[in-house]
Amino acid sequence: MTGKFLTMVLAVLIFVAVVGVILFIASRAERRSGKGVALMFLLPTAVMLGIGLLYPAGRTILQSFYDAAGTSFIGLGNYETIFTSSDQLVVLRNTALWVLVTPFVATAIGLLYAILVDGARGEAAAKALIFLPMSISFVAASIIWKFIYAYRPDQPGVEQIGLLNQLLVWLGGTPQQWLVSAPLNTLFLIVVMIWIQAGFAMTILSASIKAIPEDVIEAARLDGVNAFGMFRFVTLPSIRPSVVVVLTTIAIGTLKVFDVVRTMTGGQFDTSVVANEFYSQSFRSDNQGLGAALAVLLFILVIPIVVYNVRQMRASEAR
Amino acid sequence: MSSIRSRRAVAAVAGGLGFALVLTACSSGDSGGGSDASGDTTADCADFEVYGDLSGKEVDVYTGIVTPEDTPYMDSYKPFEECTGAKIVYTGDKAFETQILVRAKAGNPPDIAIVPQPGLLQQLVATGAAVEAPADVAANVDEFWGEDWKAYGSVDGTFYAAPSGASVKSLVWYSPTEFADSGYEVPTTLDDLMALTEQIQSDGKVPWCAGIGSGEATGWPITDWMEDFMLRLSGPEVYDQWVNHEIPFNSPESEAALDGVGDYLKNPDFVNGGLGDVTSIATTTFQDGGLPILEGTCSLHRQASFYASNFPEGTTVAEDGDVFAFYLPGETEEDHPVLGGGEFNLAFSDAPEVQAFQTYLSSDLWANTKATISSEATGGGWISANTGLDVANLTNPIDQLAAGILQDPNTVFRFDGSDMMPAAVGSNAFWKQATNWITGQSTKETVDNIEAAWPAS
Repeated sequence: MTGKFLTMVLAVLIFVAVVGVILFIASRAERRSGKGVALMFLLPTAVMLGIGLLYPAGRTILQSFYDAAGTSFIGLGNYETIFTSSDQLVVLRNTALWVLVTPFVATAIGLLYAILVDGARGEAAAKALIFLPMSISFVAASIIWKFIYAYRPDQPGVEQIGLLNQLLVWLGGTPQQWLVSAPLNTLFLIVVMIWIQAGFAMTILSASIKAIPEDVIEAARLDGVNAFGMFRFVTLPSIRPSVVVVLTTIAIGTLKVFDVVRTMTGGQFDTSVVANEFYSQSFRSDNQGLGAALAVLLFILVIPIVVYNVRQMRASEAR
Repeated sequence: MSSIRSRRAVAAVAGGLGFALVLTACSSGDSGGGSDASGDTTADCADFEVYGDLSGKEVDVYTGIVTPEDTPYMDSYKPFEECTGAKIVYTGDKAFETQILVRAKAGNPPDIAIVPQPGLLQQLVATGAAVEAPADVAANVDEFWGEDWKAYGSVDGTFYAAPSGASVKSLVWYSPTEFADSGYEVPTTLDDLMALTEQIQSDGKVPWCAGIGSGEATGWPITDWMEDFMLRLSGPEVYDQWVNHEIPFNSPESEAALDGVGDYLKNPDFVNGGLGDVTSIATTTFQDGGLPILEGTCSLHRQASFYASNFPEGTTVAEDGDVFAFYLPGETEEDHPVLGGGEFNLAFSDAPEVQAFQTYLSSDLWANTKATISSEATGGGWISANTGLDVANLTNPIDQLAAGILQDPNTVFRFDGSDMMPAAVGSNAFWKQATNWITGQSTKETVDNIEAAWPAS
C-alpha cells in the first residue's frame, strides 16, 4: 500500500518537474520563434497521446493477428472467424440493426418533438421531460426498461409487474417474453437507446430550429406554404447540418453500445453486439486475439462516421 | 462459472439463512456470545510456534469474496496474526476473475489469491507468476483431502494450491411440510425421482421450478444439471474424459446427459411451476427459481447448498421446516456421485511468511476455526472438504447435510465441470448454448455448437 502511494507521489513529482523544465526552456526560447515554443508545449501532449492511445491501439492491432493466448501468429484468422462463425455473424447482424435503426428513429422522434413543442405553452417543461432520460446512466435506464419488459406467467393469482405486459393483458392479450426471441429482442433493446438519445436529438434540433431567421419563415408564410411545406422546404434545409451531426453522433454512440446489452440480456438470446462481444471474448472467453480483432473492427467501423461527422460540424460552423 | 455462484453461495447463506437460523434455532440461551465472533479466536498460540516470529511481515490476500461474507475470513486470520505478529491484508473485489489475470500478467500479483475455479487456476499458473505450494502444504493436503482435491489444485502434475472452502451442488430443494402432507418420499434413485415427479404431476401440480437467468452468465444452472446427469448416467471416469476433452463434447454420452435433463426441464408438464412455460426458465433469475416452493406452486428445485440464503427472512431451512434439500440421487442407491465446487489458495510469492500463512490455511486448525467463526457470525454458510473439519462445529442443517455428503466414504466427488473447461467453453459457449437449448434449440445442435467452440490446442 505505502509502496504504491510512494510510486504515485513520485510520478506526480516527475510530471511536475517535466512541465517545469518545459516551461523554463519555453521562457528562455520565447524571444526566438513562436513555432519552437508551440512544439515545446505540444511535446507532453504528444508523448501522452503516444503512451495512452497510439501504443495501445498498435498493440491491439498486432494482437488481433495472434491466437487466443497471444502467442502464435495466425494472420487474418480472427477476422475470418468474425465473418464466418455463425455466432459472430449474429453479432454483426445485431450491430447493423442497432446502427441502422437507432440514429434515424431517435433523430426523427427528437425532430418531431422539437417542431411540435416549438413555441407551444409549457415548452420548457415538455423539453425537460424528454431530456430527462439523457441524465440517466445507460445501466440505470436498462434496469428501468427491464422492469417495463418484465414477464409473469399467464396464471391465476399471478399479477403482471411489467408495464408492457400489463398493457397487453388489459387489451386482452397474453403476456410475452419480450427479450427472448431473436432478432425481435434486439429491437426491444434498441428502444432503450432511442429513449435515451431522443432527448439529445431534440435539444440540438430545437436550438437550430430557433436559429432559423424569422424573415425566412415570414416570407414562406406570405407565399402561402402549408405546415408540411414549411417543414419540407424551410425547416429541414435550414437545419440539415445539425440533423447530420445528430445522426452521426448517435450512430457513433450506438456502435459502441455495451451497457444496455450487458445489463438487459448479457448478450444472451442472440442479442450480443460487437462492443459486448469484444468484452466477453477478451475477458470471459480468454480469447485475446478474437477480442482484439473485434475491437479493431469497431474502430474501423467508427472511422468513416467520425470523419463525416467532423466535416459536417466544420460545415455547420462555417455558416 | 462458480465465481458468481460461490460468491453468492457464501453471501447467501451468510445473509438470509444466517438470519433464519439464528432467529429460530440459535437464539435461545446463547446470550452475548453469538455476536462476538472473535471471542474464542484468542487460540492457543502453541499451535503457531512452528511458523516462528513473523513480526513486521505482511501478506496480502486477494479474493472475489466481498462483504458481508468476508468478515469470517478476516476473523479466521486473526489467531495467525496475533500469534505470529504477521499482518494479513485482505482485499475483496467483485471483478476478481478478470482482475487477477490482469494483475498476474502485469507482474503485480497479490501474495495469495483465493481462486474459485481450477480452470482459472491453470490460466494463472500459465502466466508463470504463480509459485508451487511448499512441502508443508502438500503434506496437509495429503493428510486431510482426497487425491481428487489435490489434483484440482495441481497443474501438469505440479501441486500449486490447497483447497479451502467447498460447496455441494447435487441437491434438490423441497418442502418437508408438503412432502409430509402429500405422502411423498425423498427419492433414493433416479428412477424414484422420475416416479416422484410423475406422481406430483398426476396430483395436478407442476413438479419442478427452475430459473437460469444470471446476466451474462445466464445458463450456468443448466451446466450444473447436465454435469450431474453426466456423472450419474455415464460415471465418473467418462465424466473426467468429457471434462478433459478426451471424448468430444458432442459424444453420445453427453447428448444422453443433456436429454436426461431435458426429460425434466423441457417437459411442459413438469415445468415451470409458478413461473410460466419452459421458456420462462431462461428469463427467471436463478435467485428466484426456487421460490415458488414456498408458494406451493412447485415442489422440486435443483440447486446447490448455497441456495438457502435466497429464501426470504423468516423461512425455516431444516429437515422439518419450510424448505430443505435432499441429495439428487444416483442411478442406484449405492451410487453416490456428488458434484461440487470449491476454492483454492494460490500463492504468487515464496516468502517465508506467505508460506507459513498458506500452511495455516491448509490445516485442520484453520478449517475448524473458520467453520466456528462462520457459524457464530453468520449462522454458517461455509463448509470445507477438509476431513479434519469437525461437523460439530457446523450449526446449520444445510451445512451439516453438505459436509456429511462430502465426508461420506461412499461419495465420489467431482468438481464442477464447466469450471475446469477452457474459458471459451466453460464461461461462454456452454452457458450460451444451454440458454439456447432451453429456449428451443435441439440437444444435437447444442452439443455440436459447444464442441465447435472448444479451443483448438
